[in-house]
Amino acid sequence: MYKKITIMTLFMLSLALVLSMPFAAHALDFKKERLANGLTLIHVERHELPIVMATLLIKASPLQEDGTKAGTAYLTAKMLSEGTAKRKSADISEQIEFMGASLDTSVNDDYTTVSLAVLKKDVETGFDLFSDIVLHPAFSMEELTRRKTLLAGSLKKRQEEPSFIAGRELIKNLFGDFSYGRAVEGSIESIEKISRLDIINFYDANYRPDNAILVVVGDLGKDELAQLMTRFFSPWQAAKKQTVQQKPVQAKLTAYNQPRIEVIDKDVSQANIVMGRMGISRDNPDYYAVQVMNYIFGGGGFASRLMKTVRDEMGLTYSINSFFASTLYPGRFEIDVQTKNESADLVIKETLKQVRKMRTDGVTDGELADAKDYMIGSFLRRIETSKKIVDFMAAVEFYKLGGDYIERYREYISKVTKEDVSRMAKKYLSDEDLLIIVVGNKKKMKL
Amino acid sequence: MVHAIRRILLILVLIIPSYAFAGVQEFMLENGLKVIFIEDHKIPIANFQIWYKVGGIDEPAGKSGISHFLEHMMFKGTPNYGSKVFSNMIQKKGGMDNAFTTMDYTMYFQKLPSSEIQLSIDLESDRMKNLLLNQADLDAERSVVMEERRMRYEDDPKNILREEVAAAAIKVQAYRKPVIGWMEEIAAITRADMAEHYGIYYSPDNAFIIISGDVNPAELMPVIRKKFGVIPPAGAKIKRLKTVEPPQRGERIVYRDSETAEVPSIVIAYHVPRFPDKDSNALDILSSILSGGKSSRLYKRLVYEKRIALSVNADYEGINRDPYLFSVEATAAPGKDIKDVEKELLDEIAAISAQPPTKEEVQKAKNQVESGFVFARDSSFAEALYTGMFEIIGGWKLRDLYLEGIRKVTPEEVSDVARRYLTRENRTTGYLVPKKAGK
Repeated sequence: MYKKITIMTLFMLSLALVLSMPFAAHALDFKKERLANGLTLIHVERHELPIVMATLLIKASPLQEDGTKAGTAYLTAKMLSEGTAKRKSADISEQIEFMGASLDTSVNDDYTTVSLAVLKKDVETGFDLFSDIVLHPAFSMEELTRRKTLLAGSLKKRQEEPSFIAGRELIKNLFGDFSYGRAVEGSIESIEKISRLDIINFYDANYRPDNAILVVVGDLGKDELAQLMTRFFSPWQAAKKQTVQQKPVQAKLTAYNQPRIEVIDKDVSQANIVMGRMGISRDNPDYYAVQVMNYIFGGGGFASRLMKTVRDEMGLTYSINSFFASTLYPGRFEIDVQTKNESADLVIKETLKQVRKMRTDGVTDGELADAKDYMIGSFLRRIETSKKIVDFMAAVEFYKLGGDYIERYREYISKVTKEDVSRMAKKYLSDEDLLIIVVGNKKKMKL
Repeated sequence: MVHAIRRILLILVLIIPSYAFAGVQEFMLENGLKVIFIEDHKIPIANFQIWYKVGGIDEPAGKSGISHFLEHMMFKGTPNYGSKVFSNMIQKKGGMDNAFTTMDYTMYFQKLPSSEIQLSIDLESDRMKNLLLNQADLDAERSVVMEERRMRYEDDPKNILREEVAAAAIKVQAYRKPVIGWMEEIAAITRADMAEHYGIYYSPDNAFIIISGDVNPAELMPVIRKKFGVIPPAGAKIKRLKTVEPPQRGERIVYRDSETAEVPSIVIAYHVPRFPDKDSNALDILSSILSGGKSSRLYKRLVYEKRIALSVNADYEGINRDPYLFSVEATAAPGKDIKDVEKELLDEIAAISAQPPTKEEVQKAKNQVESGFVFARDSSFAEALYTGMFEIIGGWKLRDLYLEGIRKVTPEEVSDVARRYLTRENRTTGYLVPKKAGK
């Protein structure tokens, strides 16, 4: 009892110190090491709650797959939990769910993650299952067939979503055959072509300890984690095959000289509009200035210009926003908005007007200050929970943002000037090469 | 969204008692405003939530959606702070804010660096009393709400089906209409309607505040007293419409044609009691056994083994002001007959009605609730949210009762509630019919 109080007091004291310092100084204490098998391990101890979160990031994505068999990376990840050398698919879900734990996989344009969330008392069983699905997946023919059928069905269902159709059309036009030009799930046609051997080859080439980052956050001490690693992850060795990475194609920077509009007819009540052009990669030196610029333009929620004009003043939409998908290779800039069919034309005109205004007039001192205050002040929310910390740390390591990223973020944002923002708007917000995809009711839209 | 909330709820509710109210403190102002603190000092962030006991359930006939519409108008300023600056002011401090409306309540929240939490007190106390409700803003915002309805309902086949099923299953009680309201009624709401609704329900004695995260109640309470304490209570002005749904005496069937749906879906809904009725906990466990994860009965049967459905879900929301529905829904796999999907759903319901689930199945469901509760504590926002959901139905300490109840559920009780409530005469079945398929 006494001991508990002392620990509590010390904890409060350290917090009081942190509080008195500026925000960005709330550093995250982590340890990083490279294990004998080449796996990068990052550990953050958090003992307030009896939970453990682990995310394994594997540098495997559509970037490494054969484009004619799009969906290979996605299916490989989804197949991990569908059976291993010693466990059936049903045994894995039964064991995980009985503990009230979760074990999920996900794939984006740049990488795959396998994430475990488990109570401290079940951490051994959790790590056993976690390592088993990563190290010994069976990729059985029966399970693969089942998964492919289910995936094809979901893709068919997604055709119901006008925003899905519009987004798919946009990236196809921007990136062509490069992997960023297609959905990570692939298409109904492409997944049909994926064989068991394709999955096994993809797995062997990419699922390697020296090609992965493991982040563990939660109620585990250093020694406890070391024991778990020795027992469950030290047997992981790379297969002989090497990773083959697709060379990124030259981004299409077609100058249309005026915005190009493509209309896809669908009997819906709202026109779903996406506009886009090429953006930047995560390691582009313009990244932070671009983020500030985009916050003011369309990324800042209710504080953004697009939201203030198109929603608040004109009442034309429930939501409008813009973002730069800043990936390993240059990604896209995109604006998303929906409005009733009849006002599609008006929304497009107003949005383009805002693009031009941003390019010609720049931003005010007030807008710049607000944007920077938000970005610096909100940073802590990105590492607010253990769940957020595991994913954040994995991404920081993958994109090589540096061990001092949290400390330096304030500086990155602080030094962005009004001139920088203007320059970014001119460089990345052209309306002349904007591609506009509209999915809506052709008869009702005046386009 | 609603489903996600329910899942977390199930989980959350069970955990809080394990820290035995140690972190929770409650204060009552003279004007009837309750303030609840949940301290959590892991990180210097604080959540401010203000809950108004007004939602779809409190709306006059012909004014469906007025509570939600008013929620939108709450961001349109006061004489002290102009129109549309609310979120700007919060974001400037590194915070984020939003609000949502349910059938039972309207909740506004901000998440801020804990050193900035006084801003929430300033802004929320101001808009509880001084809302502008100016006509031009009202007109523009009406269009926004209509766009929201188009996005969330008209163009989302599954949601539109759920809306049809609720309207068919419930004849009298207010849960029959959607929270966002019917399009025609949203169009007809006037400024006077809105001012009246605001005047009745936005008062300290019809609200409570929950502050969670890195905060000190002793520091904040004087400020809260000063800002909120001066707002007069509404007292007897607060109206509660009491409606009682008559028992259903036969299956109801509703079809909804869809221009855009690619595959058919089905929703089957049954009238059930709400928490803390004695059957409520068993209904929660039942929904978890039927569809809690890939190892659940319906997923295994329809998606994994028979491969006739793309997805399947059972949903029970018991934490409500009035009794609502237990629903089971599924989306057919391409080329599969929705009638076969329906048959499998009903067969599984018949099976669990006839034969109690195994002890392991019940234990798994309980474990999911318990662990979910622990995981939810990772987020101070979620802790506050679930505390508030119990406060709405009578008091946050009901969480304890809920936990005790869940722990006591037996396999026989699960089977028993399935047998008594999931019956043919108590069900409403809705079919989503894709027009493309010609059928």
